[in-house]
Amino acid sequence: MTAPRGDLLTPLWRHPRQAPELSVREWELVISQARCARLLSRLAQHGADLGLVDRLPRGAWRHLDSELAVVARQRAAVHWEVDCITRALAHLDTPVVLLKGAAYLMADLPPARGRVFNDIDILVDRRQIDAVESALMAAGWIAHERDAYNQRYYRTWMHELPPLLHVARGSVIDVHHTITPPTSRFAVDGALLLQQVRPLHLGDRVTVLGPLDMVLHSAAHLFGEGEFDHGLRDLLDMDDLLRHFQVTEPEFWPQLLARSQELGLQVPLYHALVQVHRLFGTLPPAPLAAAFQSLQPNAVSRRAMGWALGRALQPIHPACASVETSLARFALYVRSHWLRMPAHLVIRHLARKAWMRWFPPKDPDPTLTV
Amino acid sequence: MLLHELTQAELAHRLRGDGLGLRSGPFGFRIRSRVPHVFQGLGLLYAASPLLGDADFIDFDLSLDLVPGVRRWLRPQVHFVFDGTTPFEPLPADHAYPLLEWSMNWCISAHVHDSLLLHSAVVERGGLAAILPAPPGSGKSTLCAGLIHRGWRLLSDELGMVSLQDGSVGALVRPVSLKNESLAVVRSYVPDAVFNRVSVGTSKGSVTHMRAPSDHVARMADPARPRWVIFPRYVAGSPPVLTPRSRADSLLELGRNAFNYTVLGRPGFEALANLVTGSDCYDFQYSQLDDAVATFDGLLHRAQP
Repeated sequence: MTAPRGDLLTPLWRHPRQAPELSVREWELVISQARCARLLSRLAQHGADLGLVDRLPRGAWRHLDSELAVVARQRAAVHWEVDCITRALAHLDTPVVLLKGAAYLMADLPPARGRVFNDIDILVDRRQIDAVESALMAAGWIAHERDAYNQRYYRTWMHELPPLLHVARGSVIDVHHTITPPTSRFAVDGALLLQQVRPLHLGDRVTVLGPLDMVLHSAAHLFGEGEFDHGLRDLLDMDDLLRHFQVTEPEFWPQLLARSQELGLQVPLYHALVQVHRLFGTLPPAPLAAAFQSLQPNAVSRRAMGWALGRALQPIHPACASVETSLARFALYVRSHWLRMPAHLVIRHLARKAWMRWFPPKDPDPTLTV
Repeated sequence: MLLHELTQAELAHRLRGDGLGLRSGPFGFRIRSRVPHVFQGLGLLYAASPLLGDADFIDFDLSLDLVPGVRRWLRPQVHFVFDGTTPFEPLPADHAYPLLEWSMNWCISAHVHDSLLLHSAVVERGGLAAILPAPPGSGKSTLCAGLIHRGWRLLSDELGMVSLQDGSVGALVRPVSLKNESLAVVRSYVPDAVFNRVSVGTSKGSVTHMRAPSDHVARMADPARPRWVIFPRYVAGSPPVLTPRSRADSLLELGRNAFNYTVLGRPGFEALANLVTGSDCYDFQYSQLDDAVATFDGLLHRAQP
């Protein structure tokens, strides 16, 4: 008997009715791939929604059920954490915008169902970022990044502070002032994002990005990080957001396309929508086809990205591994750095990183953490 | 079909090929390895364990092999690969077998949250389970190894699996891990027990594993009801001293020694509260296994007049 191969996971979202026909060996592979893609809890929620629980092989549900326990626990922990962050920043003159996982959860959006994540991401007014860092440190967060070069790299070139770790709870918070690096080809002015934020509750200081910006952040993030261990999950998040907002927001699609041009994110949005369509079948409505096509980059870029993303957006799992997928992920990694900053900065940074890997600093400066 | 029904060649063929499917309590493991120590250790220690059939679901797919590269000839190392990742640092090739057992424990403790997982040994007699939670070095495995050769049944020497549904403790019935001084103690106490080769110089010192009695392995599907929580402590030269311990304090200590108490939240607390409510809790100090067995038998006698 030959072991099953290939991506068995994404078809469960695209063609959920075929699921009951999987063999025991195939279910083992699905669970293993979901674990690698950090989608095990999403699969559990999806399986419960579709009534697949009784059709799984005996013993398989335990793994999905176990992840739902992790999600339930995290839900409580994130509420508590957001509460702590809000109190720590209460005296500052900046909106506190939750991003990604914490935003989905607190705003009760569809991607939050069955989603696990590690860090809490917030976005604040760039002019207040030093005050925010001080206020968080006063409330018990310390620098998680101890290396002096990395500290400086974040502060000089990135759209976020080095991660902060809470001394008692061990939780990590990333403080952003915008959603892409300022040196990036797709730099976004954080002030434009702050104009569209929505409070969680009426009169609340804690907010989330406007629906359009939330989708665009998801698209930009997918291609900006250069690492694809979250790729499938991020794309599923985006699909969930699209399906949700196209119902709840009037004129959602035309506004999304227009907003992508305002923020200069039409290329990331285009590539992301092509992949969302390929994997999950969601598309802008037919009358917008021409407007959607007008976002597209040139033909070479389109074909190259179609090829690379088609391979990279699979579970990072031995059953999907091939020379092609490795090549595609490497190409996307290089591309993400290329887009992130001008060539001379990238080369200097990567050379420094390689040096640090070969000659790791023995004793990081302890004064940085106090 | 049991593992000892395979020929040596069939066992080697499975380990090198599609993997050896092995059952431990509710879990199916698929193990692949080309390392001779793994082949020998499994053949020796899991002889009475049931093999998985083609229709059985496999929970954990592990492989344990030499780290490729130049080191392979200079100072060979083994690493554990799970879902294409390597959760631990590689170890010297001589530690391959203990690494396999630790990896199997990790597979369960890092992924299973539909039960409360206590870091403890569990033994049973007359349907009643004694839970022996303890930090390393307290003599929990030594005590467990002694008891299971004097009438008590082995459920687990490392993982107490408490059901969130009915509060029962499940059985894994895997080999008992022994280290350093406890090795000689158990060897002389149970002369006919089967031990694997000793791996010297691991992070826990010299370690080996003892085969679980085959009639215990045959009962791996039978859970038991928790009746005692006993915190053992080996103290050289001490007479056996059994001291009652408060339920509240026992609950806290059990929680501290659990793998997923913080993941489970409220259901975990309720499972522990039910467990200590239905159990007598003690601290137990001992130096001689015979004394310990007599103490445990006394507890059983009082519980079942």
